[in-house]
Amino acid sequence: MSLEKKHSKEIKQILAKYPSEFKRSAVMPLLHLVQREDGYITKEAMQDIARLLDITETEVASIVGFYTLYHDKQAGKYRMQVCTDLPCALRGADEFMQKLCGNLGIKVGETSEDGTVTLEEVTCLAACDKAPMFQVQGPDGIKYYENMNVDKTVELIETLKHARGEVK
Amino acid sequence: MAHVLLRHRDIPDIKKIDVYKKNGGFAAFKNAVAKMTPNEVIDVVKNSGLRGRGGAGFPTGMKWSFIDNKNWPHYVVANADESEPGTFKDRELMEENPFQFLEGLAIASYAVGATVAYVYLRGEFWQLAAALDEKIADMEKAGYLGDNLFGKDYSLRIFTHLGAGAYICGEETALLESLEGKRGQPRVRPPFPPSYGLYGKPTIINNVETFANVPMILANGADWYKSMGTADSAGVKIFSLSGRVRRPGNYELPFGATFRELIYGEKYGAGIQDSRTVKAIMPAGASSSLIVVNGDDKVLDTPMDYATVRTLGADLGSASVIVLDDTVDINWVVNKTVHFFRHESCGKCTTCREGTHWMRNITDRIHGGSGTQGDVDLLLNVAKQMQGKCLCALGEFSTMAVTTGIERFPQDFKKAVKE
Ligand SMILES: Cc1cc2nc3c(=O)[nH]c(=O)nc-3n(C[C@H](O)[C@H](O)[C@H](O)COP(=O)(O)O)c2cc1C
Ligand code: SF4
Ligand code: FES
Repeated sequence: MSLEKKHSKEIKQILAKYPSEFKRSAVMPLLHLVQREDGYITKEAMQDIARLLDITETEVASIVGFYTLYHDKQAGKYRMQVCTDLPCALRGADEFMQKLCGNLGIKVGETSEDGTVTLEEVTCLAACDKAPMFQVQGPDGIKYYENMNVDKTVELIETLKHARGEVK
Repeated sequence: MAHVLLRHRDIPDIKKIDVYKKNGGFAAFKNAVAKMTPNEVIDVVKNSGLRGRGGAGFPTGMKWSFIDNKNWPHYVVANADESEPGTFKDRELMEENPFQFLEGLAIASYAVGATVAYVYLRGEFWQLAAALDEKIADMEKAGYLGDNLFGKDYSLRIFTHLGAGAYICGEETALLESLEGKRGQPRVRPPFPPSYGLYGKPTIINNVETFANVPMILANGADWYKSMGTADSAGVKIFSLSGRVRRPGNYELPFGATFRELIYGEKYGAGIQDSRTVKAIMPAGASSSLIVVNGDDKVLDTPMDYATVRTLGADLGSASVIVLDDTVDINWVVNKTVHFFRHESCGKCTTCREGTHWMRNITDRIHGGSGTQGDVDLLLNVAKQMQGKCLCALGEFSTMAVTTGIERFPQDFKKAVKE
């Protein structure tokens, strides 16, 4: 089904935010919308968005390529993105990441064997006083987890394994 | 003293609209629209001495007065991109005291004649954007947003817009490009946003914390605001304190409070972990120059305002104070900051794109243990060559920790390289 039919109400709400002659502004919210749906941005979705906004597919693809939160490839059901930037690293983020990798038996950038989580490293998330911390990007958007340790994280992954969509 | 900005710490539930109202909320906005001309509002903000909290410290009232009144419509945009490593104040303000920020945004919109305002949030603030949408809806229902506000011929709507993970979108012209649905790459300036901004129209962009000050200034007067802080930097500031302190977090203090108060005060940082000493301070996040402390009392007793911090060879910026103790290796710090800027360079100009790439390769070599003193000299040289040659400030920021790290802490690099 086309994007317009499936999400007509949300699309209308998004377009209403911007002047009608500048509807291109809706490209980012629309990409967030389709990514939430599919976990990544498919070629078909890019075509749909391009058509809806009267821009070329290449233009949409160049937006997807520019911003780190958009993904054009499938990964684990959830992306677990640990902040290892300077302030977090001063509070043990690197050691946390190392231990987590050991515990899951995967390296940064890899996906757990059952496909639940892909472990990634990111720059500052504006939570520097609550390290170690990470965000989980999944079917229901993005959620922060702060003041974490490896045990709590392993527990969370166990929950995510059985979750259907909703990040708890 | 009661908080001016982090008022949720004194008034629980201030994020509920009726509680906010009961504590004087929206009175300033109503009074402005019903009883003041836009220029009168701008004058109060000018007289208060308020300076922008996004990093550059530009006088807010003056910026508003630059709006081009020959070209319409006008826009106001709140910069809620908050991505500087070490900065986490705007998030707390929007989460815990959202109406004060939104009221400030509304007052600014009235002052410059904008009927549409946007809040540009970094994409990671997904949940926060949804929460703000609810607050905006609450304001609409209560008659603080919409048409003919307070029976006057003034209408206003506020919309949120989510970015998608790009530090450069905090730079105001890159932010505008992004809001227009393009790649977030800075524009060549001039023209500046007050004459050529969103969709080519006059636009005022301010930081979230800047807006949050505005209702309090209108309610209590410019003189009240100026009575706090220093002659150079009026009022109060939220300091995001991180690194090796016992109690990291956001703390509101008047400008002119000392580093010692912030780092060692029992109500604030409560001292250094494991009772170590302070080696260096980065007062403006990863973009900072490194201030040498090495336990020096004089440095710790320096008042924090824009002008005085500059005498220590650094900018106060957004006041994201990262504290490094004597166990921290500056060579490692530089490696971290360079990796950050390499990742965030938007690639528009060659100096920054190539410069951050080379700086990363060299610092990786030094940090990895295979570097030589020649590599350290080369790193310093590349950083110096970049300075003054980049299209936007990000390029410049990427060199600050590098040059001041190598020049002010040479022993940390000597230790890291082969004889
Ligand atoms: C690379 C870069 C990143 C920036 N990031 C932010 C940011 O996240 N938030 C912000 O308010 N200002 C940021 N700024 C500053 C803005 O360009 C702009 O000066 C500011 O939003 C103006 O608001 P103010 O006058 O209230 O400070 C950044 C600047 C640069 C060069
Ligand atoms: S200095 Fe860097 S971030 Fe700024 S425009 Fe040039 S490449 Fe982009
Ligand atoms: S450095 Fe990790 S959230 Fe800021």
